[in-house]
Amino acid sequence: MAYKNYILVCAGTACESNKGKALYEALDKELKATGADAEAQLVKTGCFGFCEQGPIVKILPDESFYVKVGPNDAQEIVAEHIVKGRTVERLLYKEEKEKTDPRSQDISFYRKQLRIVLRNCAVINPEIIDEYIARDGYAALEKALFDMTPDQVVSEILESGLRGRGGAGFPTGRKWQFTKNVEADQKYVVCNADEGDPGAYMDRSVLEGDPHSILEAMTIAGYTVGANRGFIYIRAEYPLAIRRLNNAIAQAKEYGLLGDHILGTDFSFDIELRLGAGAFVCGEETALLASIEGKRGMPVPRPPFPAVKGLWGKPTVINNVETYANVPVILLKGSKWFNSIGTETSKGTKVFALTGKINNSGLIEVPMGTTLREIIYDIGGGIASGKKFKAAQTGGPSGGCITSEFLDTPIDYETLQSIGSMMGSGGMIVMDEDDCMVDVTKFYLEFTVDESCGKCAPCRVGGRTCYNILDRISKGKGRPDDIQKLKDIGHAMRKASLCGLGQTSPNPVTSTLRYFEEEYRAHIEDKKCPAGKCKDMLTFSIDPEKCVGCTACARRCPVPCISGEVKKTHVIDASKCIKCGQCYDACKFDAVIKA
Amino acid sequence: MSENKLPAELISFIKEWKNKQGNLIMVLHKVQEHFGYIPREIAFEVADLLEVPVAKIYGVITFYHLFKLSKPGRNQIAVCMGTACYLKGGEDLILELERQLGVGLNNITADGEFSIEAVRCIGCCGLAPVMTVNGEVFGTLKPARLKTILEQFRGK
Repeated sequence: MAYKNYILVCAGTACESNKGKALYEALDKELKATGADAEAQLVKTGCFGFCEQGPIVKILPDESFYVKVGPNDAQEIVAEHIVKGRTVERLLYKEEKEKTDPRSQDISFYRKQLRIVLRNCAVINPEIIDEYIARDGYAALEKALFDMTPDQVVSEILESGLRGRGGAGFPTGRKWQFTKNVEADQKYVVCNADEGDPGAYMDRSVLEGDPHSILEAMTIAGYTVGANRGFIYIRAEYPLAIRRLNNAIAQAKEYGLLGDHILGTDFSFDIELRLGAGAFVCGEETALLASIEGKRGMPVPRPPFPAVKGLWGKPTVINNVETYANVPVILLKGSKWFNSIGTETSKGTKVFALTGKINNSGLIEVPMGTTLREIIYDIGGGIASGKKFKAAQTGGPSGGCITSEFLDTPIDYETLQSIGSMMGSGGMIVMDEDDCMVDVTKFYLEFTVDESCGKCAPCRVGGRTCYNILDRISKGKGRPDDIQKLKDIGHAMRKASLCGLGQTSPNPVTSTLRYFEEEYRAHIEDKKCPAGKCKDMLTFSIDPEKCVGCTACARRCPVPCISGEVKKTHVIDASKCIKCGQCYDACKFDAVIKA
Repeated sequence: MSENKLPAELISFIKEWKNKQGNLIMVLHKVQEHFGYIPREIAFEVADLLEVPVAKIYGVITFYHLFKLSKPGRNQIAVCMGTACYLKGGEDLILELERQLGVGLNNITADGEFSIEAVRCIGCCGLAPVMTVNGEVFGTLKPARLKTILEQFRGK
């Protein structure tokens, strides 16, 4: 029976942890209590991407887009929208309220997006295989098995121009071709779902919202290269994704889409999960393979590449989650179609996790070649609280920053590299004038120092030394030759480190020095942090002219170090002040001076 | 501590995985899931069952951040220190928690009630800054809210 309405509730991690689960249960209870469950179907979907506004509820067919919905709103949604057919105005996304014909794809957050990888996220219930099949799921596998030879699959992927979405951007078709052409008794297909880049969560959203697309793509890869076993290496920090993958594997086996004699052919393929345990270096492919083997995740020099000698010494094809998610669509719609999207060298789309000081945080997917301005201002809704844009950081601890002069540069693999950043896995962190570049760089170095496996000296020693230099600069103890030292060490690390982690970890330093050397000099020479972030160089005081004696600051001070009577000027005791800045935030009269 | 013994279901899990390739990390996850950390005597038992050297097991445990060698607090607080959370004040949350609880990062309060750790991105960047208590996520936090959250868990 067809339902009159479909209620899509986001069940991604961000929404689910924000009372989304209780909301789902409340809606379910309400539907059953009113008998409306005969007319409306409640669907638990993957991430809508608009995490800033979560939990999100979308109602079909009229596409009403409800944001920040709580369990207490369930009753009204069912009584008004489902039973009486009246939109619940107060829950609509604010932009939508102004229009007469509310359709969610018109929201500016979605208007410039093109969802290929995220095609099924927030559309289907990821826990039911039939919903994936209804959206052409496993049709690409069928096409590959019955209508295409492995060579044809390789050339289709090659011609599409698909490149690895995990960071380096190596052509996927070439990887498959290498592995296919090696003679071996056993080959493997591996999916890299060890999303370690802080601030990136697209892989998690795909696995949670559309797990079958990854299983299908890996099976196609297995058929193409001649492998019968696949492993998904996934972070243990993603319990929901793990659960949904296990569920998807069981369902696919039941349907004969995975396991022995897939779709009645002679081809068999099986997929198992292996959990990571919190090591960033395991995103590097040779370290990842070591970890799947149950060992310490230490990288080894390449060549030999995993395509020749990978898991347990056998030829192995490794791709990232987002890369795999593109594969079924390419086979179904053809390489020409995919090739028409994007720029000269970078085809298709890219998913970005847009976070930081931006109004609309969330997960977005745009065609390659979209400009940063479109992403930040049209999709992201601009900088939060009206501050000025300073830089966007892409590529995480291996990447660099994009400054305002490049706002109109079309983003693809090559342009990002030429301006000293990189695509990376797609974390995009927006920074405003309150963020100090020395501080942010120190943050990234602290991360890579902590994550360095310690095997090779350039990374182990170089990273630590860079961190120490940045640390003293941020404490007002920088020395005149520190900038040159940072540049030299960075150069050595890039040339001499064993794996990608060490080679790229000086990138945040190099990139911020390239665009913000003045800011470094202000720290070193003037002992000042222009952004007002580096606490050791800050002092807090109260302007007696402006202070009205409201006591707000004194009440918030955790030490306490602020004294003063009601309606009289307050004073901060600088010797006791811990520079937490809470007084600065508390004062409504701008009387607290941060300098 | 003599109360640490491998329960029957874990022993059968280990036996089931014994002949699978790359089993060690999966087994250690299961052990930690049960005990909250990896007790020393259990590491020895696992070594016996899997027939691998204890040194290899410790090599793996100490390499990966997730594996713990000591018992965590009854309530485990994890403050996200991903980039988005860091920019939006994750560090201030840690400082305030340290003040409230009187212990530093990676330590347990004297009464065993709380332990605090900083973790890598948990992927809720839209809610930054974020922390979790026993897996429950608290988003868009301000240091001022922490006291009430702690009270919610203390003694329960």
